[in-house]
Amino acid sequence: MSTSRHWLFDHAMGSDPVRKVECESWKSLDQTEVGRFFFPVANPAERSFDAEDEMIQLKVNAIDRSFDGDPEMPLLWYLRDILGLTGTKFGCGIALCGACTVHKNGEALRSCITPMSSLAGAEIRTIEDIGAGGLHPVQKMWMQFNVPQCGYCQSGQIMQAIALLKEKPKPTDQDIDEGMASNICRCGTYQRIRAAIKAAAEENA
Amino acid sequence: MRTIANLSRRGFLQGVVGAGALVLGAYYVPKLLRSHESSPGNTDADRAPLHPDAFVGIATDGTVFIVAHRSEMGTVIRTSLPLVVADELDADWKRVKIEQAIGDPRYGDQNTDGSHSIRSFFDVMRQAGATARLMLIQAAAQKWATPASECHAELHSVVHSATGRRLPYGELASAAARLPVPRKSDVRLKTRNEWRYIGKGMTSYDLSELCTGRALYGMDVRREGMIFASIEHPPVLGGKVRSVDNSETLKVPGVHQTVPIDPFQPPPAFQPLGGIAVVADNTWAAFQGRKKLKIEWDNGPNAAYDSDRYRKELHATARKPGKIVRNVGDADSIFGKPSNLFDADYYVPLLAHASMEPMVATAEFRDGKVTAWAPTQNPQAVQAIISQELGIPKENVTCHVTLLGGGFGRKSKPDYVAEAAVLSKKTGRPVKVVWSREDDIKFDYFNAVAAMYMKAALDSRGKPIAWLQRSVFPPITSIFDANAVYGDPAHLQQGWTDLPYDIPNLRVENGPAPAHVRIGWLRSVANIYHAFAVQTFTAELAHRAGRDALEYLLELIGPARTLDLKNTDYPNYGADSATYPWETGRLRRVTEMVAEKSGWGKRKPGKGTGFGIAAHRSFLTYVATVVEVEVNDQGDFTIPRVDTVVDAGLVVNPDVTRAQFEGAAVFGTSVARSGEITAKNGVIEQSNFDTYPVARINEAPYQTNVHLVDSAAPPAGVGEPGVPPFIPALCNAIFAATGKRVRELPLSKTSLATKS
Repeated sequence: MSTSRHWLFDHAMGSDPVRKVECESWKSLDQTEVGRFFFPVANPAERSFDAEDEMIQLKVNAIDRSFDGDPEMPLLWYLRDILGLTGTKFGCGIALCGACTVHKNGEALRSCITPMSSLAGAEIRTIEDIGAGGLHPVQKMWMQFNVPQCGYCQSGQIMQAIALLKEKPKPTDQDIDEGMASNICRCGTYQRIRAAIKAAAEENA
Repeated sequence: MRTIANLSRRGFLQGVVGAGALVLGAYYVPKLLRSHESSPGNTDADRAPLHPDAFVGIATDGTVFIVAHRSEMGTVIRTSLPLVVADELDADWKRVKIEQAIGDPRYGDQNTDGSHSIRSFFDVMRQAGATARLMLIQAAAQKWATPASECHAELHSVVHSATGRRLPYGELASAAARLPVPRKSDVRLKTRNEWRYIGKGMTSYDLSELCTGRALYGMDVRREGMIFASIEHPPVLGGKVRSVDNSETLKVPGVHQTVPIDPFQPPPAFQPLGGIAVVADNTWAAFQGRKKLKIEWDNGPNAAYDSDRYRKELHATARKPGKIVRNVGDADSIFGKPSNLFDADYYVPLLAHASMEPMVATAEFRDGKVTAWAPTQNPQAVQAIISQELGIPKENVTCHVTLLGGGFGRKSKPDYVAEAAVLSKKTGRPVKVVWSREDDIKFDYFNAVAAMYMKAALDSRGKPIAWLQRSVFPPITSIFDANAVYGDPAHLQQGWTDLPYDIPNLRVENGPAPAHVRIGWLRSVANIYHAFAVQTFTAELAHRAGRDALEYLLELIGPARTLDLKNTDYPNYGADSATYPWETGRLRRVTEMVAEKSGWGKRKPGKGTGFGIAAHRSFLTYVATVVEVEVNDQGDFTIPRVDTVVDAGLVVNPDVTRAQFEGAAVFGTSVARSGEITAKNGVIEQSNFDTYPVARINEAPYQTNVHLVDSAAPPAGVGEPGVPPFIPALCNAIFAATGKRVRELPLSKTSLATKS
């Protein structure tokens, strides 16, 4: 990771997208091809709901957020389409593949079936925040074992693996099977995922 | 070619580079998408002072830009081909920046399909790197007023061998750019022992991004003013909207409008399927709005398609004489005599790709031009289909290639990108089309359903003296020609016309089958069903003869020889048969090696455990696989170990190659365990990972040992060839463990339970 960060990265890390749009550095970057390429969709919910609907307050990557859109909207689409946190992936929409895994209060959560209405007061953490202060041991081992192929599922795999290791710091093969069976990798990187989890457990020890 | 005449242009470009410092700074995070929006083909490589061809450019600060023109879907090709350039250039990999090419014919073929990226572009990449290296050496020689022959390249510098004087590439780039581009015949390629990276490999250029959520896929593209679309496609192929009521849809908060998309003109090719699009502020709103649509469909003639009935028809056709596609000796006369005959029917259903990233694409129509951002395996096909759909010249379509969240052949077919372009034109806004998983499964281009009939006349030792094999499957060509019912040579070659067995009387046939869904390429394609039938039938014959499966397989392969396919329409995967002959000796060798590596015949199977073996050549690569399976009393099985030996010729990136074969074992497990798409009344019955399960970590092989043969042969494919032998090896292992012979996939159809 270069020290010269793209503004989108800061945005992705949880700074206020609206403020970001107004800042000077954004304006200058907007003149570049890349800046235009990644213009954020920063208008959460243009249409307001019934007046009695309360704003949903939650924390995403340690930043306070309020949501006033469709309370049935799953967290996944709030993260991706509204906050622009695209590291969390859409894979199946019905909690069968794990590509959308994030942490809620430290536990793995399928964001694709979790309505915003259930998240008042929740603390959500996404992949963008995991490596923010230096790579997590799980990420380090993912790199050391060259785990990813296409990589699309790996945000979810890493989030799931971190949650597993929190619960089972020294997971057995059976623990890994049980803990990771929720997450599909169509490229078939399971063997390396298993090795990386074991190595990360060693690292933590 | 570019020579001294480039000077004036260079002056202009240097100005751009100076002003572009900020631009370069902005690149660091989304480095995949370093390609440019405007001026198709105007890459950083082009803009660098020294740019002897489209693939490489060297800037005055020493940055080496290398263009990756093939799509990255997990094979790490975006790293491996540039690595070949970097090697011949003797570049320091840390100073290489990879740019992803837009679709542009100047790069040659960009359809990242058919496991041929390395094979087709290895020499091109070497030439690109070596040409730039020679120019840098010549520039240094000029500065030092010494003959170029006294200078050599050494990790991003040119060195005067006698004096040890040294000039870094960056300082030479401008001078080198003034030299004429050398003729190909004057460029010396490195010898094998001089290679720095080739054969040793490198991790993915994108590895850090892939592990931190920063990698950008088609799903992650955003444009200013972008709207999101979800499309209700006709449930039956070729269906049309009869009437639509969108009143409830328009009440959904965030929904803007519904937009009809015309049905395709048969044959479907890569055209949009048609239907009704719901356009909204965000993906969720579009999905919700779509659920409220009330559409009456005219389903058309494919509404009669029923997989159960179709399966019976395929088997019946496979039992009738078909079109002869290879004939050796006179099998008929042997079958006519009373002899020891054995025959069997095999079946593999339709299969879906189910890449983790569903189909998705973003397009912007403006002033008669389209810019598309897509996870596509084939950006030039994107240009072609959008040009066709919108009636604009191909040159007015720019296709940026994002990372692909899996492809497996599905993303070679850009119907979904065309949808985004059509919708952008109709709405006047940039549009991202997002397919749900259900859309992805139901509206795939499926791997063909196939029935195979196998028959052998055996001598007293149980060895075939005559062999007939007949396959029947709806051909891929049916998406381009509505009347196509027979397999074409490009797919019949896949493990069928090239049966490598030493049998005096051999006949290979193909029967007709009409398509009722879109048929397409899926990782290893027709090799899947052909290898399943051939390698299972071989194991069945071995068992009947009371022989060891390995010994019997080797006996059928016979002595080392070049397979004679002169009288057969055999395209050899598009490769020259002199460079890539079909060598049975190489198939023998991988088979013998896998027996040794797996401990075949030495490791004694425990209760419920069995070993199976299979060997197959596809995409010019020879693979043999031994699978160990453990089946419990209830019929559930695990795969403790897989050994696979691969002779892919020269391997550029070994660890990445091993990963491809590890992944192929998992992909094969998914096909064998539960891979099945069916239709009833023309409607696909599966929809998501509940009804179309793919292997999870607890179901996949626990350990796959991949052994790469050290080979002097030219490079061959690695993305696909691991899949075909794995499936019959697994099924043969299940037979060894349970005595249950699997002739029909998936395994979920067969009870493996020994106790109820």
